[in-house]
Amino acid sequence: MKISMTVNGKPVSAEVETRTLLVTLIRENLRLTGTHVGCDTGQCGACTIHMNGQAVKSCNLLALQAEGADILTIEGLAKADGTLHPMQEAFREHHGLQCGFCTPGMVMSAVDLVKNHPNPSEETIRAELDGNLCRCTGYHNIVKAVKAASAKM
Amino acid sequence: MGDMNTIGVSVKRKEDYRFLTGAGNYTDDVTLPHQSYACFVRSPHAHAKIKGIKTDKALKAPGVLAIYTGEDWAAAKVGGLPCGWLITDVNGQPMKEPLHPCLAQGKANHVGDQIAVVIAETYNQAKDAAELVEVDYEVLPAVVDVASALKKGAPQIHEAAPGNTCYVWALGDKGATDKAFASAAHVTKLEFINNRLVPNAIEPRAVNASYARHDESYTLYVANQNPHVERLLMTAFVLGLPEQKVRVIAPDVGGGFGSKIYLYAEDVVLTWASKHVNRPIKWTAERSESFVSDAHGRDHATTAELALDKDGKFLALRVHTKAAMGAYLSTFGSCVPTILYATLLAGQYTTPVIYAEVTAVFTNTVPVDAYRGAGRPEATYVVERLVETAAREMKIDPAEIRRRNFIKTFPYQTPVALQYDIGDYEATLAEAMKIADVAGFPARRAEAAKRGKKRGLGYSCYIEACGIAPSAVAGALGARAGLFEAGEIRVHPTGKVTVFTGSHSHGQGHETTFAQVVASRLGIPVGDVDVVHGDTGRVLFGMGTYGSRSLAVGGTALVKALDKVVNKGKKIAAHLLEASDADIEFKDGVFKVAGTDKAVPFGSVALTAYVPHNYPHDKLEPGLNEQAFYDPANFTFPAGSHICEVEIDPDTGVTKIVNFTAVDDFGNIVNPMIVEGQVHGGLTQGIGQALTEACVYDRENGQLVTGSYLDYCMPRADDVPSYKVGTKVTACTHNPLGVKGCGEAGAIGAPPALINAITDALGIREIEMPATPERVWRAANKKD
Repeated sequence: MKISMTVNGKPVSAEVETRTLLVTLIRENLRLTGTHVGCDTGQCGACTIHMNGQAVKSCNLLALQAEGADILTIEGLAKADGTLHPMQEAFREHHGLQCGFCTPGMVMSAVDLVKNHPNPSEETIRAELDGNLCRCTGYHNIVKAVKAASAKM
Repeated sequence: MGDMNTIGVSVKRKEDYRFLTGAGNYTDDVTLPHQSYACFVRSPHAHAKIKGIKTDKALKAPGVLAIYTGEDWAAAKVGGLPCGWLITDVNGQPMKEPLHPCLAQGKANHVGDQIAVVIAETYNQAKDAAELVEVDYEVLPAVVDVASALKKGAPQIHEAAPGNTCYVWALGDKGATDKAFASAAHVTKLEFINNRLVPNAIEPRAVNASYARHDESYTLYVANQNPHVERLLMTAFVLGLPEQKVRVIAPDVGGGFGSKIYLYAEDVVLTWASKHVNRPIKWTAERSESFVSDAHGRDHATTAELALDKDGKFLALRVHTKAAMGAYLSTFGSCVPTILYATLLAGQYTTPVIYAEVTAVFTNTVPVDAYRGAGRPEATYVVERLVETAAREMKIDPAEIRRRNFIKTFPYQTPVALQYDIGDYEATLAEAMKIADVAGFPARRAEAAKRGKKRGLGYSCYIEACGIAPSAVAGALGARAGLFEAGEIRVHPTGKVTVFTGSHSHGQGHETTFAQVVASRLGIPVGDVDVVHGDTGRVLFGMGTYGSRSLAVGGTALVKALDKVVNKGKKIAAHLLEASDADIEFKDGVFKVAGTDKAVPFGSVALTAYVPHNYPHDKLEPGLNEQAFYDPANFTFPAGSHICEVEIDPDTGVTKIVNFTAVDDFGNIVNPMIVEGQVHGGLTQGIGQALTEACVYDRENGQLVTGSYLDYCMPRADDVPSYKVGTKVTACTHNPLGVKGCGEAGAIGAPPALINAITDALGIREIEMPATPERVWRAANKKD
């Protein structure tokens, strides 16, 4: 089936099977491989993107459910000139990433977190990041990064 | 130029920009022209005879290119997966090494054992067709825990391993140990399970193999921690391919923690099949496949006893461990509960005699191998649980009993083979106690009690052996490989530098740390140094990253190569400055005639090496490119003190970690930010083992009960605290950087600290890991 949507500000269309997941469309059809797949039960959050301004797990949606949607992936978060979004910059500054695999999903979740909870407490940050697994950082520096970014967003 | 020295500076990571912008390049991100995809048919049974496999329907499914089963594998006359470490048992006999086939040979031995592979145009087609492969199984009784597997009449997994026993191995003086126990004033005995864990790097394992007809070569992209070893094992021991015809690339790798060290069946099957189908083949594990095919960790059942005199001085330690190997021997499975475990049982203490006996057992489970810490967390758990329990039983303060037994003079020869070069255990303990405000604990405990909460405090003073390893020592202990590291410093004509290292980074930040080492020594900006790793086609050789060895061994190889660069540079400079070689000194990026102002910068020397118009051709070759191999003289011995404070709600059984302090001695530190990050991550994995994570098999049918993130409880952000970390430094005595390694410390030290805190809070002797709210609630309410 043919499907159309806006991804990172550009109109895109693709031919997909009805069972194609949104994350598969993003990674395989659009070759935006910054969005990752870390599990098959909607638990790890590595595939988190923004759909119509909200953080969603793109492995938990069929591509067809995104018909006409406005999609933002990690590739579209920095400015066109390459300047990092304050959340990306804070992750870099505070060493909020190690292997980098959970990072795109973590950053996309964190941006949504701060939008919904301006100036969040550590407790709020930890609770709201419950949907994203990181095996490397122990979350310590991710929490620091989100806190720091919230002051600049 | 002095500010080019960044040793000890928290330089922000060079690799972060690509990871933060989605430009990382992991194996699954690599898609090749004419890409095809593989799906494995896996055993749904823990133990079953394979009476027949029908592939006719599957072969006719849309898009299918080929299907291979164990029969094809046997016909191709390729070998099984090798084990890299030979353990010799108590009778001088080699361990039992049953065939570890890449595709099952007539029998499946664990849930997830690979039976067949389907290769198709798309992944969905391969997956659909895999469901059409009909396997006729005769289900056999299964055994999944070590104690049951050793019982008489237990189901037998391999004919080659009677009694499901791989080996019985021992270390230490049994007679002297037994004698010390006989005269001890006090004996503390504990029995415990060191719970089986699933490493769970967030990037699933992935492979993309291809074959090039024009030069008969193979290229294998694989999520792996040591590509050269992967290639060596695959070519020399399994497929019999010429090693030079195989290029293994481990690009960005999304975490490893041990689980990506090994040569896996999927890697071999795809490489082999890529020639037969003449297409690149990609396989990426679904998480549910990772759970049943990635090597697991731990899984020990141990009885341990500590003998003490009346003053709490340790007299002897006696340990009996049954260690699961799983259904087959994984690449380093055999050395984890022996060489990496029993040798660490002295801990930080002067215990004069130690005896350890280890029985390695086959079970119908996923193979067990090194997982962050590998043997050392298990050893530390034994020692630190015993020490804390003995202190409580003898009413000696747990910090004081440790101080009475600390090793204080170095080098120190332990009774279990290792020689510690240096350390200061009192310093790390004192600093940890200060940061954790141990003095204020009684007041905090009393205050919590008023609120109906139970507070507890637990210590753990761990040691580990890192910088693996002196090859001759490892070889004498059974290693079938060398454990050196290789590196190359390629200085370009413009004075920029590319570093090639056999170490591999999958989160550790080598691209930054190694660049700091090189840039500081050459007096150039960190930005002028690029680090290449993870590619047998570009890097000369390598033994890879595990055992916290990268900087201590890989970094030292680079220092040796740097010394060669500087020496050659001095000769070039001497020529340019019309001085003798011996008079040239190199400092802050400048070659200078000692005691004069005659100088030439590093960049000019580099340019001269490649534009050798004015050059001592009679004495020197052009170019500035040096290689070095480094084989360490000893292990390194990072050590530290962890203190955990918990508050338990007896009504819910929920344990809250209110304070976790870790003070470690990693030797000299190149990048404190990265080191702290390694500690945080290790602590969280250790806390995961102690509090949330358990790999559970059904004892009746051998099914993996915790086969997804829904059932296997990974620590999440709200399960762990912010940590208080500190360091003390005693520089390693036998490598030029004075570094020891920091990757595994947290996972080693944390579990006993946490369990010691919980048992303290509840006033109990033992609680099984993970101390889930249910277990804690039952203990708090004295219900079984």
